[in-house]
Amino acid sequence: MTAWEPPDRPRSRLAYCCPEKMAEDREPPPLADAVQTDFREVEEGEDLFVSTVSTAEQLSPTSPEPASFPAEDISTNSNGPKQEILLDDDQEDLFAEATEEVSLDSPEREPILSDGPSPAITPVTPTVIITPRVDALFDRSLDEDEEAEENGDTFDMQITVSDPEKVGDGMNAYMAYKVTTKTSLSLFSRNEFSVKRRFSDFLGLHSKLASKYMHIGYIVPPAPEKSIVGMTKVKVGKEDLSSAEFVEKRRSALERYLMRTVNHPALVKDPDVIQFLENTELPRAVSTQALSGAGILRMVNKAADAVNKMTIKMNESDAWFEEKQQQFENLDIQLRKLHASVESLVCHRKELSVNTASFAKSAAMLGNSEDHTALSRALSQLAEVEEKIDQLHHEQAYADFYLFSELLGDYVRLITAVKGVFDQRMKTWSKWQDAQVMLQRKREAEAKLQYANKPDKLQQAKDEIKEEIEEWEAKVQQGERDFEQISKNIRREVERFEKQRVKDFKVVIIKYLESLVHTQQQLIKYWEAFLPEAKAIA
Amino acid sequence: MKGSNEDSAQSVNGSSIKITDVTQDGDTLTFAITSQKSSSSAGVCVFRTYEDFEWLQQGLFSQEDVPGLQGVIFPPLPSKPLPSTSLSQAKALKQLGFLALGDEWMIYCKALELYLQQVAAHTTLSKSKALYSFLNSSESPGKQCGKKGILNRLSQAMEEMRKEGHKDVDEFFQSERDSSTNLSALFKLSTEKFLDVVLNKQRLALACGHFSTSLHLCVNQDNPTAVAFSKICLKLSDIIEAVKINYEKVSDNDISTLGLGLDLESRYQEAKREMLFRRTCKLVELETANRNSERAKPNKKAIMEGVQKATQKEFDIISSVAKQEIEHYHRDRVSLLRDFLICWCEKQLSTARESSALLSQHLDACKKFAV
Repeated sequence: MTAWEPPDRPRSRLAYCCPEKMAEDREPPPLADAVQTDFREVEEGEDLFVSTVSTAEQLSPTSPEPASFPAEDISTNSNGPKQEILLDDDQEDLFAEATEEVSLDSPEREPILSDGPSPAITPVTPTVIITPRVDALFDRSLDEDEEAEENGDTFDMQITVSDPEKVGDGMNAYMAYKVTTKTSLSLFSRNEFSVKRRFSDFLGLHSKLASKYMHIGYIVPPAPEKSIVGMTKVKVGKEDLSSAEFVEKRRSALERYLMRTVNHPALVKDPDVIQFLENTELPRAVSTQALSGAGILRMVNKAADAVNKMTIKMNESDAWFEEKQQQFENLDIQLRKLHASVESLVCHRKELSVNTASFAKSAAMLGNSEDHTALSRALSQLAEVEEKIDQLHHEQAYADFYLFSELLGDYVRLITAVKGVFDQRMKTWSKWQDAQVMLQRKREAEAKLQYANKPDKLQQAKDEIKEEIEEWEAKVQQGERDFEQISKNIRREVERFEKQRVKDFKVVIIKYLESLVHTQQQLIKYWEAFLPEAKAIA
Repeated sequence: MKGSNEDSAQSVNGSSIKITDVTQDGDTLTFAITSQKSSSSAGVCVFRTYEDFEWLQQGLFSQEDVPGLQGVIFPPLPSKPLPSTSLSQAKALKQLGFLALGDEWMIYCKALELYLQQVAAHTTLSKSKALYSFLNSSESPGKQCGKKGILNRLSQAMEEMRKEGHKDVDEFFQSERDSSTNLSALFKLSTEKFLDVVLNKQRLALACGHFSTSLHLCVNQDNPTAVAFSKICLKLSDIIEAVKINYEKVSDNDISTLGLGLDLESRYQEAKREMLFRRTCKLVELETANRNSERAKPNKKAIMEGVQKATQKEFDIISSVAKQEIEHYHRDRVSLLRDFLICWCEKQLSTARESSALLSQHLDACKKFAV
């Protein structure tokens, strides 16, 4: 845990915003507690709220400044307090508060502080890391591409992540993965190519995509989770089963992440994505030291929650959105429950593997000690059969885990992204509303000027007001357009997401069944081999 | 019971002994036992509780007119059944092992049945009046206070443990004792490990059940995609249910064949060790008598020699009975284990085939499932 203490000032502001949280039983200081809860696994809404308020505080939310309040870019305001809170003496990472893992990373629920000093340490101002690109150009071209996609162009792209390789030594070491792309799409210069990437490159890609597309309603697949524990083991060279498992789990997660990303018709065309897949050298993403994909999304959602709780409730004119949000809430709960069930299943399977191995050993000892020859043989065979069965159990646990647990985990994280996108829509709406309010004020100001008593300044003031009114009228129109655009995008995205979900689950179920059938057929072979041995006991 | 001249008519057909039913009344289990005499096809049915079985076992221990009784390997009686409440489930497992598992005491009944069959198959023990009374008397013999057996259980007397290591005069017996000690420990260990495996499988079945239920709850009819997703969840729920049933069957197979077999083997090994121990005790007694006889003062010498001769005779009879018993034991246990192993393998094979067929069906159905 970082040992820094927050300055006193924000605490009082915190009290203002959520007096109920200042109950006596809460450990002081609340802000520190809030940030510390950030570091732990936070699942209760309450704790989240406390910390989000503290975060949002720094953004001076009381003044409606829509222009400088882009969706995911929480820290654009270079207010003093914000910097003080986040920057420690040793802390290069601006996004310290975003360093929690999403709860579904079950074995490694530990806080991510930072990966330690990295070679390219540069304190980067937020505007450089994440630039909101509200390019109208982008919007239009994306729309066209989507329609082309819907006209039935076949998607032909296969990405594999393989050959994890440790690069460097000690705490500066990292894993490099080979990313191979096979495609016939004309977007790419070749049909088959591969590059070497490290984990932070993936995070960097995600943060770029999130900044570009989330605020217009695209569901950007979250990048895999960072893990201090897992990665440290790998770095210090611990060559054991758990670190091998960790690397494999990560490799698989990275592969799925890329495949999901390129499956998105807009994202696959994004220059950052193309660059990521094709370029041999990639500029090092420095700010992602402790940043994780879902961590960004968490941040986004938290800020969104804070904003929503402070602004007026949105007047939902479209029932579809309300229904969908409720459905996703329900789905979230269901998937988490399923995930918990599967984790328990996997746990028992691993246990079974251990117990079976133990039994096999004792049976082998029996076989060795037994005097009667045929019985001894049979017992030794029994030991072998059990050993093979143990191997099968181990593989089955692998199947359960990698197939279901990871799938369910992916989807829970995806739903977080979906929720984020819905929140973006609300933000867009409130931006639009704020512009309308502003316009109204300007108009009132103009009306007031009619009755002013200072004629020499009047004309100048009138001109100014007129300009401002035009400016705000434009903003209102833009706000309305943005809102409609994001609503439209979300509808399409959700439809695509739901279809994809059904496909994904079906694919996994078939894989799982195939592994089950395979297991049973192996078992049959083993038993058929053992039977004559048992019968041969005379 | 009178009628030693009725001995031939009394002999029961060992394999006909069956425990056909068990009822539980509070803490007491009552077993319905049917049997037939080898000479007739008429069957007899009696009702017995565990106390009756204990009475029988004591009766067998305390037969007076059987020479070398101490050399007999007595078929092991299973431990007292504990009626399973949630508290005693763990205790029951500890005490009874595999016999505590299975539905409705079926495995336990099987073990009791095997016990009776083994007693009835034993050349000496089958002639016991206690057995006849047990199988035929309409009254519950356990109520009669029987003579307590003169034979101590191995585990009870602590000072007896010293004698266990006493060196033998006979190579055959020494090696039997050594291998017995070794094997018995290994079998016990294997039985425990196998029990762990089986319990684990049962836990897995339970976890599958939970998963399957959770999937069942994921049904949502709001729109076409939700319907499609619901169908998938239900399908998966069925599959997991099939997996669960498979685990249950597999563990049932384990319990009723190999589990029971290992348990029996473990207990039989113990019985053999007890017999060998009794003989060793006799050996110690004999050596003591020899020493006494040598050292005895002239006035006591004759008595001591008398004791020595009697003890020697007893020891020799016991040893010869023991040798026979050991040979039978080796033969019987091998064939018993063989039967259990074959049964286990066949059952697991059949379950695996069923499961494979069912899962393949599911797989085909899923592949056709249009998205």
